[in-house]
Amino acid sequence: MRFTLKKDKSGVVIVGVEGQLIVGNRQELKQKVLEALEEGSRKFVIDFSKTGYIDSSGLGVLVSLSKKIREQGGELRLAGLNADLQTLFELTKLDTLFAITRTAEEALAAF
Amino acid sequence: MRLDVPSDLGMVGDAVELVATHLPPGTLSPRRISFNLRTALAEALGNAIRYGNGEDPDRIVRVYVELGRDFVRIHVDDDGHGFDPSRLPDPTHPENLEREYGRGLFVIRHLVDDVAFNEKGNGICLTLRAG
Repeated sequence: MRFTLKKDKSGVVIVGVEGQLIVGNRQELKQKVLEALEEGSRKFVIDFSKTGYIDSSGLGVLVSLSKKIREQGGELRLAGLNADLQTLFELTKLDTLFAITRTAEEALAAF
Repeated sequence: MRLDVPSDLGMVGDAVELVATHLPPGTLSPRRISFNLRTALAEALGNAIRYGNGEDPDRIVRVYVELGRDFVRIHVDDDGHGFDPSRLPDPTHPENLEREYGRGLFVIRHLVDDVAFNEKGNGICLTLRAG
């Protein structure tokens, strides 16, 4: 499992989650995003197209990051959820909290 | 299959992979192993390590996997004092939606076919039926 971080030409930070987002690695994701936020980035896309599963700790860190980014006047979008992950967001009603797009490209276009 | 997991949250991912990759093929579909089993087991282990054992390095979490003809049953036991699973708030309630914690058991209940607790409340048993 690993996280990739890059910036597109308009300054949107795209974080890729490869493997899983769970209790054991959620702090690492939080740290990477908060560092980018501190450096002045305000637009974020988290790309789950290579993510196998997310546990509730992973969901929790996304909720926490969304709040912190919004408090700084920024915006977070989620992208690339497979059918199972989409179901997870729906059953926890977190699909009402996040802007979710099918692909990272669609998320970037929506900013 | 039995596994003793140290009370270190960083071990959850590896423990889940060890169980998932050592299941004999056939009982559960690859999709249910890939998503339902992995997610539910990660939840149960995370809860046992964090809330049950308090991440105490002197405590372990014991995992026992029972394989039936048409089911997989996973027992996860910690050394804690137990808790009452009936007293958890609904994480989907609007006032709880922005909380960082409190979704674990809710997620487990939706991903597996049956959830049972031992009397003390420091052991959970997850059952996934064939399919």
